[in-house]
Amino acid sequence: MTKILVIGATSAIAEHCARIWAARGDALYLVARNEERLKTIAADLKVRGAKETHSHCIDLNDIGSHAAMLDAAEAAMGGIDTVLIAHGTLSNQKACEQSVEETLAEINTNALSTISLLTHIANRFESKQAGTIAVISSVAGDRGRASNYVYGSAKAMVTAFTSGLRQRLYKSNVAVVTIKPGFVDTSMTASFKKGLLWAKPALVAAKIVRAIDKRKDEVYVPAFWWAVMAVIRVIPQKVFRRISL
Amino acid sequence: MTATAQTAITTTISGWGGYPTQDAQVIVPLSVSAYKASLQYYPSVIARGMGRSYGDSANAATVLQTTYCDHFIAFDTATGVLTLEAGVTLCDILKVTVKHGWFLPVTSGTSFVTVGGAIASDVHGKNHHVAGTFGQHVVSVTMLLGTGEVVTTSPTQLPDLFQATCGGMGLTGVILTATIQLIPVKSACINQRTIKAGSIDEACEAFEANSSSTYSVAWIDCLTTGRHLGRSVLMVGEHSGSGGLGLTIKAPITVPIHTPAALLNSMTMRAFNAAYWAKAAHNKTQTIPLLPYFYPLDAIGGWNKLYGKAGFVQYQFVLPKSDGVANMRKVLTQIAQSGAGSFLAVLKQFGPANQNLLSFPIEGYTLALDFKVSPSVIDLLHRLDDMVADMGGRVYLTKDAVMREASFKTTYPKWQEFEAVRQKYGAIGKFASAQSKRLGLA
Repeated sequence: MTKILVIGATSAIAEHCARIWAARGDALYLVARNEERLKTIAADLKVRGAKETHSHCIDLNDIGSHAAMLDAAEAAMGGIDTVLIAHGTLSNQKACEQSVEETLAEINTNALSTISLLTHIANRFESKQAGTIAVISSVAGDRGRASNYVYGSAKAMVTAFTSGLRQRLYKSNVAVVTIKPGFVDTSMTASFKKGLLWAKPALVAAKIVRAIDKRKDEVYVPAFWWAVMAVIRVIPQKVFRRISL
Repeated sequence: MTATAQTAITTTISGWGGYPTQDAQVIVPLSVSAYKASLQYYPSVIARGMGRSYGDSANAATVLQTTYCDHFIAFDTATGVLTLEAGVTLCDILKVTVKHGWFLPVTSGTSFVTVGGAIASDVHGKNHHVAGTFGQHVVSVTMLLGTGEVVTTSPTQLPDLFQATCGGMGLTGVILTATIQLIPVKSACINQRTIKAGSIDEACEAFEANSSSTYSVAWIDCLTTGRHLGRSVLMVGEHSGSGGLGLTIKAPITVPIHTPAALLNSMTMRAFNAAYWAKAAHNKTQTIPLLPYFYPLDAIGGWNKLYGKAGFVQYQFVLPKSDGVANMRKVLTQIAQSGAGSFLAVLKQFGPANQNLLSFPIEGYTLALDFKVSPSVIDLLHRLDDMVADMGGRVYLTKDAVMREASFKTTYPKWQEFEAVRQKYGAIGKFASAQSKRLGLA
C-alpha cells in the first residue's frame, strides 16, 4: 500500500491515475479547488478500492496554505510516499496577450504554485531520504510557440526546475519524475477538434503510473511525442519564426 | 441559472453500425449544472454514452455525452447494491464488483455500454428467460427532466416515469445516476455446454429443453437454406462454483481501419459459417472466464470497421412464442434467399415481457443479425419489418436504423402512453433523437 498525495485531483489525468492506484488499494489524499467534484471523486475512488481517501479543498494559488496542506496530508495518511502534482489551467493565449494580469495569473497557477509545492515537498522528502515526486509538465514547455507560449513558458519553468531538483535529490534517494503529456482528450481540451495525435486520459494515466513505478526521470506520454518534440526543437529559429504552430 | 452555450465540438457522429451519420454538436458535461445549462440553451438534446446502440437512437444535432459522469457513488459489498453515475460502463462495474463476488444481473453482449444506455435500452442478456431485462434490476434512477428538475424514480416512486424511462431510449430525460441490485457469484467463470442443432426446429426445441439453464444463446447460420435452414450451435451456461473471483482482462486486438467492404461477401460468410458449424462439438462442456463468455466481441476493438465505411445495420426482431418456430422459418427463408445475412447471427429465447412501455422483449424467439448497408438491404429490412409486424413481433429500437413510423406504432402499441408520460414530465420538445423523429414521436 502506497500513501499518495494527488494535487489537482479533479484534473482528468490525475483522476485516472488515482483510479489505477485505488484499484491497487493505495491510500489517497486528494487536493483540489472544486469541493463538489472532489467529493464525487473521493467517493468513486473508495468504491474502486482505495484503502482510504481524504479530500482537501484549497485554492493552490494561495501559496501560503501549501505547508499546512502538506502537514494535513502527512497526518491523515501517516506520511507520504508519492506525490503527483497535476493541477493547472490551459491558458487562453489571446486573452493573455492583451492582459499582463491574465498572463501573470496563468504563470502563477501553472508554474509558481507548482514550484512552491515542489520546494516544500523536496525538503520533506530529502530529510527522510525517500519518496517519489511526479509533476505534470507538458510538451508545450519544450519550445515556445505563438499559439500557447504563456502556458508553454510556465511549463518550461516546471521542466527546468524539476530537472535541477532531480539532480539535487538524486543523492537523497528521492525520484523526481517529469511527465510531458501531449494532447489529451480531457475537459480542459473539450473545445478542441481531436485528431490522430490525441490520447485518452485513461491511457495517458496508465503510462504515467508506470513511469512513477519505475521512478523514471522524464517521460513523454504517449512516447511518440518525444520524436515530435525532437523535430520541433531542432527547427532553426530563422525557419521557426515564420511557421505557425 | 442563465442559459449559456456550453463548450462543444462539432463533429460527425453515428451509432456503432456507422449508419446513419449526423453532424452534431457534442457536449460533454462535467456536472449536473452543466447538463441543466445545456438543456436551457439548446432547443433539443439527447443523452449519449458509449455510442454503442447500432442505429440513430443517440444521434441528434446536439448530444450530451456522459463520458465525464462516470463515477461510482456507493457499493455495499454485503448486499450487492451499487449506486453509480450513468456514464460508468458495465466493464468498469465488473472490474470493481466481481472480486467481491458480485456480477451484473443482466448484461448486454458488449461490456462497453454505459449504465445509462443499458437502462434507456432496457437491455437483455442470455438470461432473459429467467432474469428479464436490465431495468428489472434497477432499484432507482435519478434523472434530469426537461423542466430542469432532478427527480428520483423507481418502481414505486413516479412509477409511470420509471416504466417510460427503462427502455425509453433517453426520450424522457437524462439519466444521471442509478442504483442497481447485483447478483452474487462464487467464481469469475462460467460452465458452458455446447449443443448442435441441425435446423431452426431443433434449435427451438433445444432452447425449450434447456429453459432451466441460467444462460442460453445460439449462433445461427442465416445463409444455409433447405433442410438445414437455421442450423445452430446452442451455448448454455451456469455460473461456476470454482476458479476464483479474479477477472482475466486482456487488452483488445484493434481493427485499425475500415476494411474494404467487399471482404465480407456471401462467399466469405458462407465459409465462416461452415467452419463455425464444423468446429463446434456437440454436448461439449468447458469452463470459460466471464469476459470471453459474455463479451466475445469485446476482444476485437472496433470490429464494426470490418463492414467497411458505409457501415452496417444490425437487425434484431422478436416473434411471439405461438407459431414462433414456423414464423421464424418464414423469416429465415426470406433472409437466406436474400443472401445478405451476416456471419454474426444470434438466436435467443425470451421470457415474458415486462411492464416498461417501450421495452423490446416479448415472450418468444429473437434473432439478431448484421447486414452491410445498401439500398437493397434497406428494402429487405422494410419487407422484414412488415412480416415481423404481421406475426405480432417487433424490432429492437437499440439496433434499429431504418424502421418506418407505421411499423413502430403498430408493433409498440404503448407508444401513446409513452408520449403521455413524456408530456407529463416535460420531455416533449426537449429530448429527441434522429430515431425518435423518424418514428414519429413528438
